[in-house]
Amino acid sequence: MTDPIQPAVDATPHWRNFAPDLPADKVMFSELVPGGAHWSYTLPRGTTLRMVALEDGANLSLVLYSAAEKLERYNMPDSLKAQHTAHYTRGHVLMSDMGRALASITGDTVGWHDPLGLLLDDSRMAKKFAALPYQAARNGMHRSGRDGLLTEIAKYGLTRRDLIAPVNFFSKVTVNEDGQFEFVAGHCKAGDHVDLRLDMNVIVAFSTAPHPLDPSTTYNAKKVGLALWRSGPAKDDDYCRSFRSENARALHNSDVLHML
Amino acid sequence: MTAKRIQESTLAPQHSVLNHTVPAGEPYLLGIAKGQTVRIVDLEGNQAVDVIFYNRHDPSEHYSATQTLMAQGGIYLTTDSVLYSDEGNPMLTIVADTCGRHDTLGGACAAESNMVRYALQKKFMHSCRDNFLITLQRAGLDLAKRDLVPNVNFFMNVPVTASGQLTFADGVSAPGKYVELRALMDVWMLVSNCPQLNNPCNAYNPTPIQLLVWNPA
Repeated sequence: MTDPIQPAVDATPHWRNFAPDLPADKVMFSELVPGGAHWSYTLPRGTTLRMVALEDGANLSLVLYSAAEKLERYNMPDSLKAQHTAHYTRGHVLMSDMGRALASITGDTVGWHDPLGLLLDDSRMAKKFAALPYQAARNGMHRSGRDGLLTEIAKYGLTRRDLIAPVNFFSKVTVNEDGQFEFVAGHCKAGDHVDLRLDMNVIVAFSTAPHPLDPSTTYNAKKVGLALWRSGPAKDDDYCRSFRSENARALHNSDVLHML
Repeated sequence: MTAKRIQESTLAPQHSVLNHTVPAGEPYLLGIAKGQTVRIVDLEGNQAVDVIFYNRHDPSEHYSATQTLMAQGGIYLTTDSVLYSDEGNPMLTIVADTCGRHDTLGGACAAESNMVRYALQKKFMHSCRDNFLITLQRAGLDLAKRDLVPNVNFFMNVPVTASGQLTFADGVSAPGKYVELRALMDVWMLVSNCPQLNNPCNAYNPTPIQLLVWNPA
């Protein structure tokens, strides 16, 4: 008799490299996400997703759906007008169309994440960059943010009509007096991070394809690190709860949902 | 590109094929054929008109605020703005505009967002999303809640400041101002004449609007 074989799992604790400040007993998993890739997971209330730019100028286009009722999803206009904001940072809450907090930004070293929902699609990508299909580049191929998000949400039965305007984490877009967009190149630096606490049980999907306003003439998608850790849900004295009365009500509505 | 562009129309109301007044706070659904022109008139001024467009032959293709903003590189809609679908197809173009600025970031008011923005008890007030939902329920068009995407707010002014604040600036419209769109595909036009009473988007006094449609010349 030999010992049972223990297959090796390459579950490397990447977080120790890019998020060493997280408490070791609270980290649940971590991943290295290449540029241009896509990712999704159903994350429970009371966990926090640490997202880390591993290179300067990263972009992460993220969408959120309630895991219990996928018709409830992140709503860009409702979130922006409730907080009178056109950028996100610590204190802001990503709200659903049902008036609940799906997630809250509890930590941020960047100071500005773009919530205006622009997304790189295949036709724009083809116009901006030379085509680079799988046959030519294998997994270095050019992938659009829209295709990445469509691929991920399809895993939950969602179709293109369910694709919503994403939040572009790590990117900055300002609007001038004429209403025109101005993209701030190289906005985030390697090592910058944002903590997104889940206030409900949420399907999170994202793509790390470039921002569609990025003026770079080459497809230079950047790597991102992920770590999920047990933060617990928002406490009474939570920073996001006290940031605005609108956020307190949205978090209250999520609390009520989870009392039921 | 999206500075205010005032453009008057040459179309005469007596030649219109539809001339309908939507009372304050009411929804309306109309089909517009490719080549037809629709005019929305802010009869009494400062009235927000919330609109979503769908491809009539494939309602899963809908107006996309983000595709529209991406295409024009900025946030305001006015003369010559092209409204795009989520598939990147041009749906309509604004051919006349005496107001000069329209919004597509602010979304539609809803029971749930009123509750968050103002007070929990505001949930029971009438809203654009309720208008949209009941209209889709009655229409039987294979359109439902998930198709209620970020809309156009005609006659609403929602500037973004350099420091990244979203502001609601009342008062760009006035009695009789109008906007006109030519359809580039056959579309459904889902309208809510906004009943919001909690902020100045309707000057705290929602009023009727007029819709006119012309066939191509």
